[in-house]
Amino acid sequence: MSEGMLTLARQSLLEPAGLGESDLTRLMGQLMSGRVDYGDLYFQYSRHESWSLEEGKVKSGSHSIEQGVGVRAVAGEKTGFAYSDEILLPALLEAAGAARAIVQQGAQARVPAAFRDAQGRASAAGGRMPGATGEAGRQLYRPDDPLASLPDDAKVKLLERVEKEARAQDPRVKQVMASLASEHEVVLVVRSDGVIAGDVRPLVRLNVTVIVEQNGRRESGSHGGGGRLAYDYFNQEDRALSYAREAVRQALVNLEAVETPAGTMTVVLGPGWPGILLHEAIGHGLEGDFNRKGTSAFAGRVGERVASEQCTVVDDGTIPGRRGSLNVDDEGTTTQKTVLIENGILKGYMQDTLNARLMGVAPTGNGRRESYAHLPMPRMTNTYMLPGKFDPKEIIASVDKGLYAVNFGGGQVDITSGKFVFSASEAYLIENGKITRPVKGATLIGNGPDVLTRVSMVGSDLQLDPGVGTCGKEGQSVPVGVGQPTLRIDGLTVGGTQS
Amino acid sequence: MNRNSRIPTHESRVTADDSRLRDAVVQVLAEAKKSGATAAEAGVNISQGLSVTVRLGEVETVEHTRDKGMGVTVYFGQRTGSASTTDFSEQALRETVRAACTIAKYTAEDDCAGLADPERLAKAIPDLDLHHPWNPGMEQAIELARAAESAARGLDTRIANSEGGSLSMHEGLEVYGNTHGFLGAVAATRHSLSVSVIAQDDSGMQRDHWYTVARDAGLLESPQTVGLQAARRSLRRLRSRKLSTRECPILYEAPIATSLLSHFVSAVRGSSLYRQASFLLDSLGKPIFADFVRIHEQPHLKGAQGSAAFDSEGVATQPRDLIRDGILQGYVLDSYSARKLKMQTTGNAGGVHNLTIDPGQDDLAALMKRMHTGLLVTELIGFGVNTITGDYSRGAAGFWVENGEIQYPVEEITIAGNLKDMFRRIAAVGSDVDTRGNIRSGSILIESMTVAGS
Repeated sequence: MSEGMLTLARQSLLEPAGLGESDLTRLMGQLMSGRVDYGDLYFQYSRHESWSLEEGKVKSGSHSIEQGVGVRAVAGEKTGFAYSDEILLPALLEAAGAARAIVQQGAQARVPAAFRDAQGRASAAGGRMPGATGEAGRQLYRPDDPLASLPDDAKVKLLERVEKEARAQDPRVKQVMASLASEHEVVLVVRSDGVIAGDVRPLVRLNVTVIVEQNGRRESGSHGGGGRLAYDYFNQEDRALSYAREAVRQALVNLEAVETPAGTMTVVLGPGWPGILLHEAIGHGLEGDFNRKGTSAFAGRVGERVASEQCTVVDDGTIPGRRGSLNVDDEGTTTQKTVLIENGILKGYMQDTLNARLMGVAPTGNGRRESYAHLPMPRMTNTYMLPGKFDPKEIIASVDKGLYAVNFGGGQVDITSGKFVFSASEAYLIENGKITRPVKGATLIGNGPDVLTRVSMVGSDLQLDPGVGTCGKEGQSVPVGVGQPTLRIDGLTVGGTQS
Repeated sequence: MNRNSRIPTHESRVTADDSRLRDAVVQVLAEAKKSGATAAEAGVNISQGLSVTVRLGEVETVEHTRDKGMGVTVYFGQRTGSASTTDFSEQALRETVRAACTIAKYTAEDDCAGLADPERLAKAIPDLDLHHPWNPGMEQAIELARAAESAARGLDTRIANSEGGSLSMHEGLEVYGNTHGFLGAVAATRHSLSVSVIAQDDSGMQRDHWYTVARDAGLLESPQTVGLQAARRSLRRLRSRKLSTRECPILYEAPIATSLLSHFVSAVRGSSLYRQASFLLDSLGKPIFADFVRIHEQPHLKGAQGSAAFDSEGVATQPRDLIRDGILQGYVLDSYSARKLKMQTTGNAGGVHNLTIDPGQDDLAALMKRMHTGLLVTELIGFGVNTITGDYSRGAAGFWVENGEIQYPVEEITIAGNLKDMFRRIAAVGSDVDTRGNIRSGSILIESMTVAGS
């Protein structure tokens, strides 16, 4: 991790509160007294803003600030957790006392010697300590505050230009709604094993939704993008305006859409955002907590074939500027590119520290939490499939009768039964190797552990999504990315109305 | 849990903060006025809770929660800005007001912006019996969660694994005020007990869950009841099959039938209507549901999950019909969307209050008899609902029913239709009302939809 990030995090989180090394030591002492295996403190400050436009006007804007510290004590499989939204020593000592209370009894006393030895050197070493994870100089994004990256009047103008561009596309555009949002987050993780890590994370996002009308029929289209970037990203390469045009294009396609067939058929998924398939069908099922507990349909299947030979799937938190990327995860572990499936064989799971320790494997930098007020757990970062050898045109031409789905709304999975869904918002019929008519959005349903075994062609056109994904798990939301090349799946159930 | 396990009420830390929170709201409103705002509104909330999870008989997590927040909206004539913070220091409150005022410099004039009309604000605030602090202590909380999980695990050897039993206690206080002089406070509690277990046999694993929730812990179902229900629901899903693609009647079990009513609310919400983003535009006075259907709001039900004397703008709530004899009687409006539509607010800023579809005579078994042959749906996944067109397509799991009897469990299928048709083709509403949420419904039988499967 970058020392610069750590220094910034200390400056933002500890100095205003007047907290020094001796206070951290005292807090950790409070947390680790008793029979605690592991403990950590998660300091967080975040600032968020959003601006929204409808009916041609930026009518509302909002700004919020959140800060606090989450305090966790772990003994065996037990976790005690408390937090404080005041970064003040007495409140933190109280939280530490509450967090450790549960794990004081019945567990082995194993306060790691590493922390005691290392704590004095923590400040001197500037974060690079014995046992510390981290890669010097890692900076996947600039630690600047994105809220300040554009004057407020320019934010308003940007949204107004997006609106005009959408309306200029077609007279059938009746409503344009656009929103611009950003977040500046500073985190500092202090762990009982001596690791101390900081990260400063920007996040921006622009979304456009349009409603079009023709002969009394109304349809909508949406597009957007963003990442761990500054607002000027939207002004580069015509991005903001291209989102507007894309939203209108989708909505106009849907005006012509006919009833979708119902039943099991060959489905070709377009590149990029349809990678939500991977997120739902296999991603959640490969998170360490579900596999440690044996509640996932993928539990105990490492080394087995779970996909066709053409499929290699990774979770990669290290792509510069991506929405799902992190320099370090929310437990201070450096993120990495983890191979989940290689040539069809299940290679491993995504781990946080707790589940990695209990399963006897290394953490993979997937320990994430929504905020200081939530417990970390294994979560995805950017999950995608590597490209294959087929030209996407060849893939479509290979299908006699099927569905070509290129845009999706949300998805969901039952990790125990393995059944997952994802809902198409733009799809077409394929007839005799040609894309013919657009059909209405429909939900696609499949079985995670076997859907990828039916992938018969993988395209050469890997794309990542434009940066709009948010993943929910046990009530916690985190930004994520997905991606894939064009894929042909031989047999997926399509929830149309035409039986 | 049953009443015998109830522990005497402890002193409430949250309500002790009542006057402090009122002061904070008053301070924020004064600060907004001082900054030149012509009007302002502010809400402050504080909450605390404890949640414990026991898995396979052992404590897994103990989480202490303690949250607070303040949100303010300022108006400079017809321009508006909002800001919020979790820091209640005087300086942070002042800075938050300033942030809202800064935003209002850049937002556009909007004729419809503004506080609720003064004459609509709640004058009296009745006690709706929402506040029952409960602090059983960590040890007893753990015992209750453990008892619920062990009831589930003890039912059948096929209950092979567990996601745990959880008990949570929550107490919150919210104060809302605006520069029309309204200042109202609501203290409320919410306690719940849940169990999620996994049944397994040679066909694979199935998970299901059950939960009980109440304002007053004495009204929770017993740990035994919750655990057994979770176990039975998981077991009955073992050996699920796919169905072939077909048209057939669909019976939504009560806990998920409520989702149909939430789609209805989305379509008659003011923000969907003025944006022309609803399949129910211009539907007032028109038949939307089957002729026998009545759907109404009961905001003043004692102790219910959705009860409120005033909405999030301070507007007095009142009982009313949304659907009578299948015909749409009113929309779901806040002040802003009401002005956009040249109507009056319906007291629904922040949502509906105990929206209820009148139950019929038949319990679930009688509804299955009535359906004769069709699909009983007990779980829905995914988000395949389009409020603009009414198009509906969601993943489903449940049971195939013939001659009014369950034949076998089914999964990996979708059910699809259009909400406009589905609402009109409701054939019956059950007497088995689920009262755990803000929307109350019995099981709902729909004449026919498309099932997609193998």
